[in-house]
Amino acid sequence: MTLEKIQRAKHALELRNIDKRFKKGRKDYAYALKSVSLTLNRGEVVGILGPNGSGKSTLIRVISTLTLPDSGEVDVFGIDAVKHPKEVQRYMNRVSVEASFFKKLSSMENLIFGAKLYGVTDRESKPMIREILDGIGFDFTRVNEPMEHLSRGMQQKIALARALLTSPMLMLLDEPTTGLDPRSKKDVQELIRAIRADHESSILLCTHDMGEAEELCDRIGILLNGELIALDTAENLKRQHQVGDRPPTLEEVFMAATGTTLEEAEFENKDEKKAA
Amino acid sequence: MHAASAPLTKPGWLRELIAVWGYAQRNYYLTKRYVLWEVVWLVYTTMNALTIGFIGVGSGGSAEEIARLTTFLLIGSMVWSYLSMIFDLLSETVSWERWEGTIEYTFMSPASRVTQLLGMGVYAIVYGMARVIVMLIAISFFFDLSLGDANYLGAAGILAVCSVSLVGFGMVAAVMPLLSPEKGQQVTSIVTAVLLLISGIYYSIDVLPGWMQPLAYLSPVYYALDGIRETLLEGQTFGSQWDNIWPLLIMGAVFPPLGLWLFQRGEHYAKRTGRLKRAG
Repeated sequence: MTLEKIQRAKHALELRNIDKRFKKGRKDYAYALKSVSLTLNRGEVVGILGPNGSGKSTLIRVISTLTLPDSGEVDVFGIDAVKHPKEVQRYMNRVSVEASFFKKLSSMENLIFGAKLYGVTDRESKPMIREILDGIGFDFTRVNEPMEHLSRGMQQKIALARALLTSPMLMLLDEPTTGLDPRSKKDVQELIRAIRADHESSILLCTHDMGEAEELCDRIGILLNGELIALDTAENLKRQHQVGDRPPTLEEVFMAATGTTLEEAEFENKDEKKAA
Repeated sequence: MHAASAPLTKPGWLRELIAVWGYAQRNYYLTKRYVLWEVVWLVYTTMNALTIGFIGVGSGGSAEEIARLTTFLLIGSMVWSYLSMIFDLLSETVSWERWEGTIEYTFMSPASRVTQLLGMGVYAIVYGMARVIVMLIAISFFFDLSLGDANYLGAAGILAVCSVSLVGFGMVAAVMPLLSPEKGQQVTSIVTAVLLLISGIYYSIDVLPGWMQPLAYLSPVYYALDGIRETLLEGQTFGSQWDNIWPLLIMGAVFPPLGLWLFQRGEHYAKRTGRLKRAG
């Protein structure tokens, strides 16, 4: 019943007026998300651009049922994810900036465990692991090495492979390339492109890399201090903020929309965090 | 690359069963990876049991009295080693995931909390049993034990009943690190220490101060030890230990659902306050 409902759903994700605040002091609260609304169509890749502390990770946590919103609605394939988290969890997966693995276990052991949490047996997962790892150019001879022996880039590839093993219809990517060297970054970005092409997944990609957002996403949102202040295609965003003959870069769009550069916004957020 | 649709079409109960096996298998993998530390802890707990056994040997009295006291102490040591292992593994479910950085991945997966705690419980019981058997073999080389009348089957039955209540007791404690990452772990360590003090592991609870003795009746470990000592030292039957079994059955019926309910409330609180994050 749920699978049929999910297959019929028009949108992969619908957020309506999501608010989330966290306690800072005894009576003090900080808003992480302020009335955020967005729709992710099936098969679409939407990027959320924002500096550190803008609310990107909270947004991903709310969608992935790890954080409860104070108000608003989260529908994943038409199902209320706040009221029925178990019904939607098996249709989505997440890759975050930190590689969430048991570091002493091997890639194979971590992948087998991750797959089992989604009801995939060893017999089903082992050939899939081989196929996926071959597909992403992972040296299979290293599959039994502890994760802590692998580079960050390789760990991030394994994280993407783990998500693919569970056949997610909605992928939540929270800064998957942050901190990677240029080569690994490129590899992971290629992998995201391949996931989109081969898996019919809908993808929400949070990043603070403008180039990555522009290259990989159909639409781009700008999140600043918990508010989604823009959401459109890169072309439309540029057109809306064009002054003169030359179309602006995405950096210039960000600056025009927020009144600050991404670096300055990150610096301000760090200062605010320190003061708090 | 292609995505298999197998997990999307399986019935819920089968997916949960696969996940229970997943948790148990993961813990086995971790034990294998940390095998040297496992050996170190096994040697440490065996030496600890031997040390306590030798206190009995040096206590004086007839050979029969010495054998009886030594056996009394070693039963306490072995049963505590097993039951505290179950309690620790269950109560550290959350802190362990938080420390490894996998807590978010685990909690956003579709496997239920019952499944997670059941998987942890199954592994704790099997692993605890294996450790105790190795310890028993090692200890048997050192002491003349008073086990001529022992009813091993009766003792195993009591241990099995107690294991269920200890799994539930561990679930209750596991909620603490959800509410407060660091303080929660500190509280569960204190709970372990209090269980050690009040449960009559190495002495009869009669030697405790009067106000402390009633606390023993709240501990499943007390009933398990009392029953196991009666069956091993006195050769009593499982049925004759009803006075120890019924409290364990009640605890076994109450603690697991209570632990699960508390765990779900704790999870809700952690999701509302944003505490479901990695640490370290």
